[in-house]
Amino acid sequence: MDPARFIRRSDYQWEVPQSGAMRVPGLIYADEGLLLDMDDKVSEQVANVASLPGIVKASFAMPDAHWGYGFPIGGVAAFDPDADGVVSAGGVGFDISCGVRTLLTGLDINRVQPIKRLLADTLYARIPAGLGSTGAVHLSATEMDAMLAGGARWAVEQGYGRAEDLERIEEHGSMAGADPGAVSDAAKRRQRDEMGTLGSGNHYLEVQHVTAVYDAAVAQGFGLAVGDVVVSIHCGSRGLGHQIGSEFLREMAIAAAQSGIRLADRELACAPIRSEVGQRYLHAMRAAINCALANRQILTHLTRQAFREVVAGAELTLLYDVSHNTCKVEEHKLDGGRRKLYVHRKGATRAFPPGHPELPHALYSTGQPVLIGGSMGTASYVLAGTHRGMREAFGSACHGAGRSMSRSAAGKRWTGRKVIDELAGRGILIRSPSHRGVAEEAPGAYKDVSAVVDAADRAELARKVVRLEPLVCIKG
Amino acid sequence: MPWEHFAHGADIGVRGIGASLNESFEQAALALTEVICPLEGIDARESVQIRCEAPDAEVLFTDWLNALIYEMSTRNLLFSRFAVDIRDYRLTATAWGEALDRERHHPTVEVKAATYTALLVTQRDDGSWIAQCVVDV
Repeated sequence: MDPARFIRRSDYQWEVPQSGAMRVPGLIYADEGLLLDMDDKVSEQVANVASLPGIVKASFAMPDAHWGYGFPIGGVAAFDPDADGVVSAGGVGFDISCGVRTLLTGLDINRVQPIKRLLADTLYARIPAGLGSTGAVHLSATEMDAMLAGGARWAVEQGYGRAEDLERIEEHGSMAGADPGAVSDAAKRRQRDEMGTLGSGNHYLEVQHVTAVYDAAVAQGFGLAVGDVVVSIHCGSRGLGHQIGSEFLREMAIAAAQSGIRLADRELACAPIRSEVGQRYLHAMRAAINCALANRQILTHLTRQAFREVVAGAELTLLYDVSHNTCKVEEHKLDGGRRKLYVHRKGATRAFPPGHPELPHALYSTGQPVLIGGSMGTASYVLAGTHRGMREAFGSACHGAGRSMSRSAAGKRWTGRKVIDELAGRGILIRSPSHRGVAEEAPGAYKDVSAVVDAADRAELARKVVRLEPLVCIKG
Repeated sequence: MPWEHFAHGADIGVRGIGASLNESFEQAALALTEVICPLEGIDARESVQIRCEAPDAEVLFTDWLNALIYEMSTRNLLFSRFAVDIRDYRLTATAWGEALDRERHHPTVEVKAATYTALLVTQRDDGSWIAQCVVDV
């Protein structure tokens, strides 16, 4: 996009001036290079979101923003229920509560290098990945409802993980206000064989090591030092979330058309927070958040089993678990007062500052870990939430690299075998059921995650803490 | 070309082109399968009946693709042949295929949902029909 189209608020903030139907301005966080590379659709979608009823302050785009569905991916917007604010199924997306969790292994790179191959094979055998894989957990109707109400807390009660994991998950592992009764039978049916599965596409499990520390004090607070080996898991609410997203998008789009609301884009489909469908969606969407949290908790359990199989006595502890695609009720300062707002983050990460009451005691002084996944074979980062990000952007930051090339183009440009061999040459082991899937996810098909993270850091949305590089990647 | 894929930033678009509305829906369904794995090698051994109803042709199109995604997901099936009949935004269809075999079919990616992005169902000037949208993978 041409920077001349925007008001330059700083080197890292670009304002989309309020015009036409926009109720608030747009604000894009990026450096000039990232902005130049962004699709024109980003500013169009930022402006469309700014026109939705009840939006407050601004329609935000994070440094990894790209063309999404209604909302840009990397979009953040908060709505006030007292000002006829809306909740949008499109603003949350299809993979509800897709997110990342990172586990500390207590092992260092020198200990892991010699057993890397065995670790890769054991993880690949243990973690169901790719289309057609099924989990070992099959839930009855009663168990399904308990899982949807309880999230990771339910999973821990079933023996998947430990109670102390829960305090290092958003919402302490269990999203309140979820109603399994608001979830359709079709959505539950789709989830029956998918608990504890990674999925496909850009979902992965990576063994990584810390290669740089940018903030020693915070890194120490997170328990991270150069050479430490960690595991990051990226996946979401699987078929259940996809089904809920599709069903409510349809219902909200048809309802909008029937009540004469003209949406700039059907995917902006939304409903007043204080409406029957708005409430029903919130209850179902929160159940999907619990599904994603339970799923990542079961995968954590499987990862721990795999590690113990290879390294006797290995103890994996949770650093944190973040979700990218959510709508959450949060208290924020606005116009001199405190307001309860419905914050949509679509492909954006919550980034709460030091001292936030949501944080567990151990992370109180550091701020929330913000886990940013790169593409396969490139770096990932851990950042920490800041007060400035909280004040300016409802405590939000970027979520990943974002694609620079379409799947079809990547599939034509690379072969899976070549990508796997090239990464193996750099010491990165890939295990995946699909060569074409690996080609479509080739590192070259993604933007430079470092540039995205640097922009978030310089804009002070979140502060860079450590850089992670992959050793093993299990790709769905 | 009766079906094709088109580029979208993060995902992929499916497009069916046909002499009739029915045929454009059938062709788009072939494009949907090709996102997942090659059509060749999927035997039409068993069939599933699908019914959808919608207020307009475009919502009907996403309903059709989402119904296929649901059937594939819950029955562990892949489809390679389709027969669609649409009357007054009511669709009845048969989809033929077989159980997904990871060794034989080499699936690349799972489709999460059909979206309303680049959604279009229309008759072109030459009388042919086109049905398309982006699918989230």
